[in-house]
Amino acid sequence: MTEPLLKVEGLKKYFPVRSGLLGKHTGNVKAVDDISFFVNEGETLGIVGESGCGKSTTGRMLMRLLEPTEGKVTFNGKELTNISKDEMRKARREIQMVFQDPYASLNPRHTIEKILMEPLIVHNIGDPKSRKKKVHDFLEIVGLSSYHAKRYPHQFSGGQRQRIGIARALMTNPKLIIADEPVSALDVSIQAQVLNLMQDLQKELKLTYIFIAHDLGVVRHISDRVGVMYLGRMVELATSESMYAEPLHPYTKALLSAVPVPDPEFKREQIILEGDIPSPSNPPTGCTFHTRCPFKMDICAKDVPQLQEAKTGHFVACHLYNEQLQH
Amino acid sequence: MGERQTILEVKDLQTSFFTDDGVIPSVDHIDFHVREGEILGIVGESGCGKSVTSLSIMGLVPSPPGKITSGQILFEGKDLTKFSEKEMRKVRGNDVAMIFQEPMTSLNPLFTIGNQLLEAITLHKKDWNKKKAHARAVEMLKLVGLPRAEELMNDYPHQLSGGMRQRVMIAMALVCDPKLLIADEPTTALDVTIQAQILKLMRELNERLNTAVILITHDLGVVAETCERVVVMYAGKVVEEGTVDTIFNNPQHPYTKGLIASVPDMRYKKQRLYSIPGSVPKPGSINQGCRFAARCEFVFGRCTEENPPLYETTEGHKTRCFLYDEKEVLADDRAAVKS
Repeated sequence: MTEPLLKVEGLKKYFPVRSGLLGKHTGNVKAVDDISFFVNEGETLGIVGESGCGKSTTGRMLMRLLEPTEGKVTFNGKELTNISKDEMRKARREIQMVFQDPYASLNPRHTIEKILMEPLIVHNIGDPKSRKKKVHDFLEIVGLSSYHAKRYPHQFSGGQRQRIGIARALMTNPKLIIADEPVSALDVSIQAQVLNLMQDLQKELKLTYIFIAHDLGVVRHISDRVGVMYLGRMVELATSESMYAEPLHPYTKALLSAVPVPDPEFKREQIILEGDIPSPSNPPTGCTFHTRCPFKMDICAKDVPQLQEAKTGHFVACHLYNEQLQH
Repeated sequence: MGERQTILEVKDLQTSFFTDDGVIPSVDHIDFHVREGEILGIVGESGCGKSVTSLSIMGLVPSPPGKITSGQILFEGKDLTKFSEKEMRKVRGNDVAMIFQEPMTSLNPLFTIGNQLLEAITLHKKDWNKKKAHARAVEMLKLVGLPRAEELMNDYPHQLSGGMRQRVMIAMALVCDPKLLIADEPTTALDVTIQAQILKLMRELNERLNTAVILITHDLGVVAETCERVVVMYAGKVVEEGTVDTIFNNPQHPYTKGLIASVPDMRYKKQRLYSIPGSVPKPGSINQGCRFAARCEFVFGRCTEENPPLYETTEGHKTRCFLYDEKEVLADDRAAVKS
């Protein structure tokens, strides 16, 4: 087996909580708490979870837009977590990001041409003439026209802006694209267009995606493998086939059963979880899900379950599967 | 299930906004009705006029620039568009209540939950004393499944989570036993597991209290799981109307078909999503012909010239599309339509 393109080991992000007059450090918000995974070249890894589960923080840490508290990120054989900021900036040529809000992530004072040219200037790619050509080429690739180059972001619809956001990410010919909720601000019919575009681009340009989203249908559609996060931890990681056909973690089961399905004849047993997601500043001990889990055991409040392989390629962090594993 | 009375009938409603660029009809001559105790879904994408419809019913269209320019809104036979502001104030909360998408911004951060609930009660039930009003408020909080209702009365909105706030909003809306509840994207801002809780609550309350609900949403999954009948809106027009089963199993309007086909389904993997080309037209930009014509794959001559009426194809199933005009169907392509 070849080395994965991206490898993440023991990644953590603790945000300090300061209080009092002197701003004493009184605790931590454990936004991401010890997660590990890998992404193979050419595949799409989906990361799903509800608000506050740490999925966006994870995405940002991979690019070091946020400095990890602990852990190691290896990209293409090179460790990203111990290099200088300057080197990191260079490394970002190969890893680019697409953001959720196409309204907030494009500078309203710049023309599309200027927005798209900037990554080329930053990374010192090509000369002015070739840059211009590249901008026009990529506008065509993402389904816009070269005459759009002279326009400003406000002249575009949400879907078109997201196409521009994707074009900007592609300008430096990256290997890996981290897309953080790229379609959640879009209407259904536009969402389908953008998802199809992303799939086409992946095939054409041999891209690897990390696709962060809260919509389980969208994630299934685009991902080869899916990781489910809850309160800063990865609770389950499997191929999307295996995950959706037979979820193992009680949280994943509840999550999947809660998604409304657009088919009035579809009947199923809905698992409705009690209560809310606990605050990450004071997470429950042991398994963070035990406060809402219908299968809670004594051990769950004490020991943190580790992510272990329950079936080939299907990892789960739950004490229910301990026994099965020991046999 | 017997024939149920129609409690709300919207007839030929047009709500326009008077802007510098001219008069823009955001809701353009729509008709639909709600029966007693039923859950009606209104679906559509942004800008289709679904929220303006609900604001029109409540008499809350910001004026100026907005105004109801034609049509009637008959609630139990009385035309709400003719009501004065003072009369409307009695209708709101008492007969028709509304909950909004963002439970964070629809509660006042400076007052306690109890304060706000009591305000709603005392406004409408002038003859109730404090004790009775308080008891009613606590009862409502319990009804919507909130734990420790007594203490919650003294809490401020910021102390509650998003899901709990939405429950408070529902409690507040139902406090005077309205006959109709309008819920405008009530779960859009919530997480999936919390959304499931709120939808379940709304279904239960609908059954228990027999309150009719208009559920406005963009999420077809939510509609399929919650509603009995559906109205599909596009660019200010009702393009299709029918029971949930007919809309999902036998959609007729090309827009409805496209919309359903573009949703990724969690149960299986589609190789490629269907996508409707182009984007939603700017309100007011199309004055002639079918508003979907530019994005429609079945478009033909008539579509850009005449406004299609709503054709009733089977009992209760209506479609605004020339493909279902008898002349056209007889002419040739019934087969093409079905495929």
